[in-house]
Amino acid sequence: MNILYHCGKYFIFLTKVFGKPERGRVYLRQTIIEIEKIGLGSMPIVAIMSVFMGAVITIQTASSLSGGWIPMSTVGYATRESILLEFSPTIIALILAGKVGSNIASEIGTMRVTEQIDALDIMGINSAGYLVFPKIIAAVLINPFVIVVSMFLGVFGGWLAAYASGILIPSVYVEGIQQQFIPFHVTYSLIKTLFFAFAITSVSAYHGYYVNGGALEVGAGSTKAVVYSSIVILLLNYVLTQLLLI
Amino acid sequence: MIEVIGLHKEFEGRTVLNDINFTFETGKCNLVIGQSGSGKTVLLKCMVGLFQPDQGQVLYHGRDYHAMPEKDRKEVRKEIGMVFQGGALFDSQTVEENVMFPLTMFSKMSMEEKIERVNFCLKRVNLTNVNKLYPAEISGGMKKRVAIARAIALNPKYIFFDEPNSGLDPQTSIVIDDLIAEITHEYGITTVINTHDMNSVMQMGENIIFIYKGQQEWTGNSQSIVESENENLNNFVFASDLFKKMRQSLREKK
Ligand SMILES: Nc1ncnc2c1ncn2[C@@H]1O[C@H](COP(=O)(O)OP(=O)(O)OP(=O)(O)O)[C@@H](O)[C@H]1O
Ligand SMILES: [Mg+2]
Repeated sequence: MNILYHCGKYFIFLTKVFGKPERGRVYLRQTIIEIEKIGLGSMPIVAIMSVFMGAVITIQTASSLSGGWIPMSTVGYATRESILLEFSPTIIALILAGKVGSNIASEIGTMRVTEQIDALDIMGINSAGYLVFPKIIAAVLINPFVIVVSMFLGVFGGWLAAYASGILIPSVYVEGIQQQFIPFHVTYSLIKTLFFAFAITSVSAYHGYYVNGGALEVGAGSTKAVVYSSIVILLLNYVLTQLLLI
Repeated sequence: MIEVIGLHKEFEGRTVLNDINFTFETGKCNLVIGQSGSGKTVLLKCMVGLFQPDQGQVLYHGRDYHAMPEKDRKEVRKEIGMVFQGGALFDSQTVEENVMFPLTMFSKMSMEEKIERVNFCLKRVNLTNVNKLYPAEISGGMKKRVAIARAIALNPKYIFFDEPNSGLDPQTSIVIDDLIAEITHEYGITTVINTHDMNSVMQMGENIIFIYKGQQEWTGNSQSIVESENENLNNFVFASDLFKKMRQSLREKK
């Protein structure tokens, strides 16, 4: 019941977001600002996460394979596949749901409780469109780049770990990451990324836009934004994987 | 001129406004007064369209605001300015950008024209040298004035003020009241002010509606308020001894 209510309200919200803009140029300018905030602003955390995760995956795989009959180059292959298929698109999306999602929800929620959204509405501006559309477009445009960078850094992190720990020879790792490369796996990840970017921004904006009350509710809304965008990401991840990989 | 006819509003079965009938006159300061929780803000929000009334009409120069097509309603909205209780300035924009915002969205002015208009509006509310500051960097009274500047940027026919004096010291309050009255008379604006500040009522009450528990209890102006025998009104307006004494002396003079 409650879930149905929110789903319905969410889709009505989306029709408002994609309603006719008052001034196209203003939207364009906002989108560029958001690209900087959402994309460049997330780069440091994404970079650090990616390098370390790549490193850890490599060490774990190498330690469980060492001494067996499987060639050590498989470590490179396994690291690349985990990063490409799951780590970069999905785990980074979950991190971004925390970072970008809570930010969007609290920003829009604060505008709601301080009547800034009412002020926009009274001026005759489509407030949902003006505030949310640029964020969604910005994320959908920039997140694929963020994820590609994350993929490179993740694989590089694995190499760094090999080099630093000596658990396997770096050149063997490099050999491994070139084995059986399937370009469609990158396409699959980027398709996921587009859906996740849309989910993070729109679900979080929804939770901010309909905050009712004061500072306390803004905090609660921002928590809900993170929880629900994460759940939507996990659901989408399952559905898209079944659709695209089987 | 704005006419409110038979307006009724309830939230989840709880009546907040019941059968409000009042005419807000052009070129005057029209006051909506009443206790906290009496429904003043709800009335304002019904009038500007942030709430949909359950019954009744709001006529802007004879045009039914809630019944007209969305396109026409947007046109009317361009003639409306509103100053919210907390100012509702956009935090991410400077003072200048805030005042310029309606111009950017709705006018075809060039950048120079816009800046000229912004400076004119800021000067009109006695603000200078704050153009590049952010809302967080200015005082509450200044925020109110910036909000007024933003509200008059597009030369509105109607301005709504939700408690323009709340959170201000008495002196600043009077400055803001004078400013509102001046602008109203100078440009012939239909001004609607929500207030429970007695100074404002006495100073600029040209046309007053008193709302008591969602009912329209009394209408009049700052002169007739003194003579009124309405008990609820007297309890509200002359709650403090100071105002009781003032009424006494005003009545003795007559
Ligand atoms: N969005 C809403 N949903 C439900 N009830 C509401 C809503 N907005 C206002 N109310 C109720 O309507 C009544 C009138 O509220 P309103 O804000 O108009 O009072 P007010 O006269 O402006 O008071 P104050 O002087 O304190 O601002 C209150 O009882 C309030 O609980
Ligand atoms: Mg109020």
